[in-house]
Amino acid sequence: MKYEPVIGLEIHIELSSKSKMFCSCSADYFGADPNTHTCPVCLGLPGALPVANTIVIESAQKLGLAIHGENLLSSKFDRKNYFYPDLAKGFQISQYQEPFSLGGWIEIEVESPADAGALAGRQSRKIEVTRAHLEEDTGKVAHATINGRKVSLIDFNRSGVPLLEIVSEPVMHSSEEAKAYAQKLQQIVRYIGISACDMEKGSMRIEPNVSLRKVSNVSKVSKGSNVGELPAYKVELKNINSFRFAQKAIEYEILRQTEILEKGETPALETRGWDEVKNRTFSQRSKEMAHDYRYFPEPDLPPYLFTEDYIAKLKSQMPELPNEKFKRFKDQYQLSKYDCLLLTSDLDLAEFFESTVKAYEKGEPKRIANWIIGELLRRLNETQTRLADLNLLPASLAELLLLTDEGKITTVSAKEIFEKMITSNKNIQELIKEMGAETISADKLAEAIDLAVKLNPDAVAQYKAGKEQVFGFLVGQVQRQTQGKADPKAVADLLKQKLK
Amino acid sequence: MKSKGNICARFRRMKNPNLSDLTIKEVGELIAGKQIKATDLAKAYLDRAEKLNRKLNAYITICGEMALAQAEKVDDLMADNQKLSPLAGIPFGLKDNFLTNGIRTTAASKVLEDYIPVYDATTVSRLKDANAVFIGKTNHDAWAHGASGENSDFGNTLNPYDTGRVPGGSSSGSAAALAADMCIAATGTDTGGSIRQPSGFCNLVGLKPTYGRVSRYGIIAMASSLDTVGHLTKTVYDSALILNTTAGLDEMDATTSPEALVDYTDGIESGVRGLKIGLPKEYFAGLNPDIKKVIMDATKKLESLGAQIVDISLPHTEYGVATYYIIQPSEVSSNLARYDGIRFGNPRTAFGSEAKRRIILGTFTLSSGYYDAYYLKAMKVRRLIREDFIKSFTKVDCLLAPVSPTLPFKIGEKVNDPLQMYLADAYTVNINLAGVPSLVIPAGFIDGLPVGMQIIGPDFTEKQLYQVGYAYEQETQLYKERPKL
Repeated sequence: MKYEPVIGLEIHIELSSKSKMFCSCSADYFGADPNTHTCPVCLGLPGALPVANTIVIESAQKLGLAIHGENLLSSKFDRKNYFYPDLAKGFQISQYQEPFSLGGWIEIEVESPADAGALAGRQSRKIEVTRAHLEEDTGKVAHATINGRKVSLIDFNRSGVPLLEIVSEPVMHSSEEAKAYAQKLQQIVRYIGISACDMEKGSMRIEPNVSLRKVSNVSKVSKGSNVGELPAYKVELKNINSFRFAQKAIEYEILRQTEILEKGETPALETRGWDEVKNRTFSQRSKEMAHDYRYFPEPDLPPYLFTEDYIAKLKSQMPELPNEKFKRFKDQYQLSKYDCLLLTSDLDLAEFFESTVKAYEKGEPKRIANWIIGELLRRLNETQTRLADLNLLPASLAELLLLTDEGKITTVSAKEIFEKMITSNKNIQELIKEMGAETISADKLAEAIDLAVKLNPDAVAQYKAGKEQVFGFLVGQVQRQTQGKADPKAVADLLKQKLK
Repeated sequence: MKSKGNICARFRRMKNPNLSDLTIKEVGELIAGKQIKATDLAKAYLDRAEKLNRKLNAYITICGEMALAQAEKVDDLMADNQKLSPLAGIPFGLKDNFLTNGIRTTAASKVLEDYIPVYDATTVSRLKDANAVFIGKTNHDAWAHGASGENSDFGNTLNPYDTGRVPGGSSSGSAAALAADMCIAATGTDTGGSIRQPSGFCNLVGLKPTYGRVSRYGIIAMASSLDTVGHLTKTVYDSALILNTTAGLDEMDATTSPEALVDYTDGIESGVRGLKIGLPKEYFAGLNPDIKKVIMDATKKLESLGAQIVDISLPHTEYGVATYYIIQPSEVSSNLARYDGIRFGNPRTAFGSEAKRRIILGTFTLSSGYYDAYYLKAMKVRRLIREDFIKSFTKVDCLLAPVSPTLPFKIGEKVNDPLQMYLADAYTVNINLAGVPSLVIPAGFIDGLPVGMQIIGPDFTEKQLYQVGYAYEQETQLYKERPKL
């Protein structure tokens, strides 16, 4: 029997607002002592009331605009009632019926399956988004033994931190698609600047829903629809904090569920976690005990009505989005699709590229792209850093290129200097001096050529006899004399003159 | 008393001035005229509160130390010739669901028996800024659930006019303390009549302001979309003075209104000439004939003062109690969820039976599969009820209606019949569902028991309600009828 995976993603993004969602406590709690970022509101003390942070609402609406969402004019908050010790009020302020954005889609690109035959290659797909809603984060429970007593500790620093939950339709069919979707969403969110989406710090959390359906069920579905008939069960994978783990967890689930289905059984409706040590998912909570969240409109927060003018203004403030930038880079700079994809993968990188092109008077976008992709991006990937973490200015790269053009340094030393610029805070002139990378003077070069000619009479004779292949050898001999500090072009020109 | 301005002279002539039997306006003039010290006043009220509390159980906590410190501050400021708020030095009772920083706040429930808040409710801090003096925290039905005071986990409060009867509820202690001169004003909350009904039962003036006029921040929530924060006073003028201090936008409460503030005492004596006052027929059909007579007599008085009395209909009135007892418990069930005993307070087993009843009711009506039939339907009816009021106000300036279908009832009479107790709210809950303001004033007495009536107006017309109330009060001077204790 052949099964098709049916995957949907719920992605939680912690918005990067200064204050929490419903109070003025700092939302920047990472690494802070427990319960130091709290007040009556986020502790859910008696009498405390929420007041919504308007920046956070704007962030949700910006995402709505970026993913082609609808329903931007009216919205409201609801209470989601459930009990958990980390939930200060006994309910979470969330959105049920009228989220800040409904519908929309995110375009992804994935390798088509191996059996796609003629269609093989990278293919783009629109993944439908169900909704994007705001909700407040909860506190955190930790279990510890203190003075020999087992205790549970609650830290409310995270309580009330704004979360944007983006729910996709169950329309993905492979772990690659799921990963591409999550990465694309991360890219969009970073572009519009509403969250750092830092998976390690927990500011982006992925919860895939995975189930399998028989392929025969797919054929019943009318053409063009991705949804199809949904399986009778669904497994939720909770709080996964890396793209790789999400992919691995989905793949594990596909195998696990296939085995169960092959036995003629149905996998249980449940929530499972990912064990990154054992590389497998494990059962956390059975859905038999499903909550009835008893949603109702949050009476402490009046509903929102926005004007068309307000939304239009917000739209006008939207930055260029990844796909738009990609297209523009291709048109404007005549770069390959591959170069454009890499350059626009990260907003900082794209901006670095464009600024360098501007700063470097001669333009030459392809050359700059090569430098950024070949030298900078490689280095960033190797060291697992982001460009924003470096103290590197586009003007510096432009200066470096200019120095090479002028023959003041060689391309080889330029690359070395660039690498040192990435890893240290030193400027170009300092580095040139330190490395002795400056090309040698014309006199010194003339000396070196003289010497090389003198030391290699045979080669010179062969060249003069018309054997042009030895020219390269002679250039090498000159460079040997200069210890590589001569501009290769100047060497070639002068040597040619000398040998005339 | 010929002139209103001669309180100081009158006071000087008294041999043993009774410091207890005063209004805010009178005390304000005495303090401003340096005729009395705020500390003497506070001591007198603290003494009386301590003494009478043994009998009436109006206070859960009496905070003598704090009251004296606040009063001393007033005296210091007066010695420094500072101009103070009309509320400076006024002994207040605060309903025990108003959070007071450092002073135990129980919501009259054993769950919060030892709970000491870390911040003040906005209303409390506004009163503090006005240099009011807090005598203590008044008793009430636990979590403000009730119409008799009998649901308090700290024992029921007695009605000073007849100690065999209830003072009404839920603001039972505020009403009793004020009627018995254990304070000069008291705060209250009104979710379905909790200020108005006890005001009516204790011959007091009670304001349920427009929803959004007074901040709810720091008030232990009962049903958030219905809760209003108001106060009880002896006179209409006093009520206006307090609203001048408590009303207004609060950045901590997103439901407070930016509606412009006015001086509520300004023009309070304008009278009712030319005003159209509507009598909603649904509030009189089936009403106890004695109560009806008192209110009809009152309307005649208002008519004689120049008001025009008009019959009017609020057709959805009869659905009020049913609607209210869906929406209110739904919100209660959610608002009480935080009292899980994990971080503060006692465990959930400490909830009394009325709170449990409402938690269960509300949990049921919000459950999936029932939500549409109950909560959603109730919200639709609520809208119709509000529209009734809005429509009526296109025809009349305000409405006049009874507050309670009965006189103050005997202690224990309804305690085992929750449904009967809920019906005591029949004339008050619709006003909360509609969100409009209502002012209760003394209407008269029947066999020594007070009868109140309410004047209901469009959103944010508290000023006009005060004008109507003041006209009737000046004519009848009923507030001078004090209980014999």
